[in-house]
Amino acid sequence: MTVPAIELSDVRKNFGATEIIRGVDLGIARGERHAIIGPNGAGKTTLFNLISGRFPISSGSITVNGKSTAGLAPQEINRLGLSRSFQITSIFPRMTVFENIRCGLLWSRGYRYSFWHLLGGQKALNAEADRLLDRLNLGDRRNVQAGLLSYAEQRALEIGITIAGGADIILLDEPTAGMSHSETDAAVELIRGVSEGKTLIMVEHDMSVVFGLADRITVLVYGEVIASDTPAAIRGNAAVQEAYLGTIAA
Amino acid sequence: MTLLRRNWPWLVALAVLLAFPFLFYDWTRGRHSGFALTLMSEIGVMAIFALSYNMLLGQAGLLSFGHAVLFGLGAYCAAHTVNLVKAGTIWLPTELVPLAGGLGGLFFGFVLGWLVTKQRATAFAMITLGLGELVSAAALMFMGFFGGEGGITIDRVMDTSLLGVRYTSPWQVYCLVLGWAFVAAVLMRLQMQTPLGRMANATRDNFERAQFVGYDPRRVRWMQFTLAGFFAGVGGGLYVMIYEIVTFDTVSAVKSANALLAVYIGGAGAFFGPVLGTIVVVLLQSGVSLLSNAWLLYVGVLFIVMVMYAPVGLAGLIGMHAPLWRTGRLRELLLPYLRALPPALMLFLGFVLLVELTSFTTIGAAQGKRFAIGGQTIDTTSPLPWAIAVAALGVGAFWLRREAHAFRLRWDALMEDAKRQAGAP
Repeated sequence: MTVPAIELSDVRKNFGATEIIRGVDLGIARGERHAIIGPNGAGKTTLFNLISGRFPISSGSITVNGKSTAGLAPQEINRLGLSRSFQITSIFPRMTVFENIRCGLLWSRGYRYSFWHLLGGQKALNAEADRLLDRLNLGDRRNVQAGLLSYAEQRALEIGITIAGGADIILLDEPTAGMSHSETDAAVELIRGVSEGKTLIMVEHDMSVVFGLADRITVLVYGEVIASDTPAAIRGNAAVQEAYLGTIAA
Repeated sequence: MTLLRRNWPWLVALAVLLAFPFLFYDWTRGRHSGFALTLMSEIGVMAIFALSYNMLLGQAGLLSFGHAVLFGLGAYCAAHTVNLVKAGTIWLPTELVPLAGGLGGLFFGFVLGWLVTKQRATAFAMITLGLGELVSAAALMFMGFFGGEGGITIDRVMDTSLLGVRYTSPWQVYCLVLGWAFVAAVLMRLQMQTPLGRMANATRDNFERAQFVGYDPRRVRWMQFTLAGFFAGVGGGLYVMIYEIVTFDTVSAVKSANALLAVYIGGAGAFFGPVLGTIVVVLLQSGVSLLSNAWLLYVGVLFIVMVMYAPVGLAGLIGMHAPLWRTGRLRELLLPYLRALPPALMLFLGFVLLVELTSFTTIGAAQGKRFAIGGQTIDTTSPLPWAIAVAALGVGAFWLRREAHAFRLRWDALMEDAKRQAGAP
């Protein structure tokens, strides 16, 4: 049996007396595009924060590529092959677009904390960063300070930083939030392209994005998984209809 | 060849700095001005110190209040090294004494950095403040290493030079300072372009993002702090070579504040900002302090004005003109600048007069000094000079406000044009 990309068993998280995640069991197979949906406050982003190590879990266990993440710092989980984006854009605002992408590449290309390599001379690395910029359609914004990009461009840049390191598990937190229709379409194409052959897990509110991209969908309500199945099955699931989807997907 | 073509400003700067002391050369007696050389050496040392401080503040976003600890401990290490060489215990070329300081700074940066870089932002600043006080106190307690209030004295004439130089004259010492300052500045500039340097920027901008691309922000801070310690220590080693004494002043909060002042006044955003700031601060300290009792007040006011009105510093202000320079329209600012000059000068002179009048009625009187401008004694008890000062201050401020408004309009219009021009193919 192949090891699942991510496996959560009885994961719980409380902030003080409030239990936000109430016993989640979830396995995500390698190569799957998986969407997590649910009403506001269901704990979707919290679940991401637990998987990526931003917050420690209160009980239960999480494995990434078969390895337990207990006690690991975010950067250590990242090095297991998991990379994430944030709901609120998280880039390096005072650095150029190119530098942002290159920072995403550095660790995975083995540069670590080197203070003896001059980055200007790393031709392969720089070419790789430029190739990725072109893929993101940010080639002509290469030398702009990232904080000055438009919102949609910043979102694209964040996806770029997230995938740059070549992680095989990618977590995207509401990648199309706040985008116009045409921007959303472009973002979906980008996500489809960059997640080719990888495991993608995303939190998303836009149902057309969810049903257009996902192989499987997990529905989270009040910190519990009420369904985890194929899009068709989710669409026909009565409990999901009642709790969340309502008329949206009907 | 491309290396030369791209880096010629560095070589020009080196040549100018080498030639500069000859402006003060006494040709009739055939010798250098000791004062000018010591002042320039001091600027060189403090420039290294300020640049190393900017490795923390500008590059990594770490506001340290205790950077002088690394400078001072480096200086002590260099002083002890010189004394060991003099005693014949070890052998080291004179030229490499600053390296001994640097290694001392590196060591203490590594050890102390382990503690202080556990935190970032405000907590980091507080820990460095505490560390500075701790080391200052220790400097008076551990006699063996710090030499108590008297400090550690050395004789820099070691006769172990690789170049056959004895370092008996300020000119020879200046050349040593300049050489090391140049090497240190080049290395610090290059360090910015390494993976560690870039990740220091990244953790400054967004430490959480840095974690999610695989880096431990604390490790980045620690390594950056350690390297900054090395360069601060090089500065300390040169300090010992200039003054031949190191006391606990070198680790004090005042010394740390000097680096902070220089970086803020010069600008943390540009590589050479701290150097500009250092020149201003050292000239105020060593030049204006000879003319006025109130020189520290001027430093303070300058600092406040810069932080309030030009947080980008002198280098940032200069850099703001770059779009106009590129579009060749810089000279259109000449007239607006000239128009702002008289009210600015009036405001400045009114302020200086007021400060000096006050200082002469208090400290000056106690020292029995007379307030004189160009041989003319000014009676600080008569109301006239006070009235002139207040009037100049008031009128200057009002006038400058109006000119500043006109200047702003012109500036905005020019920048708008420059932006449009740059946008067009």
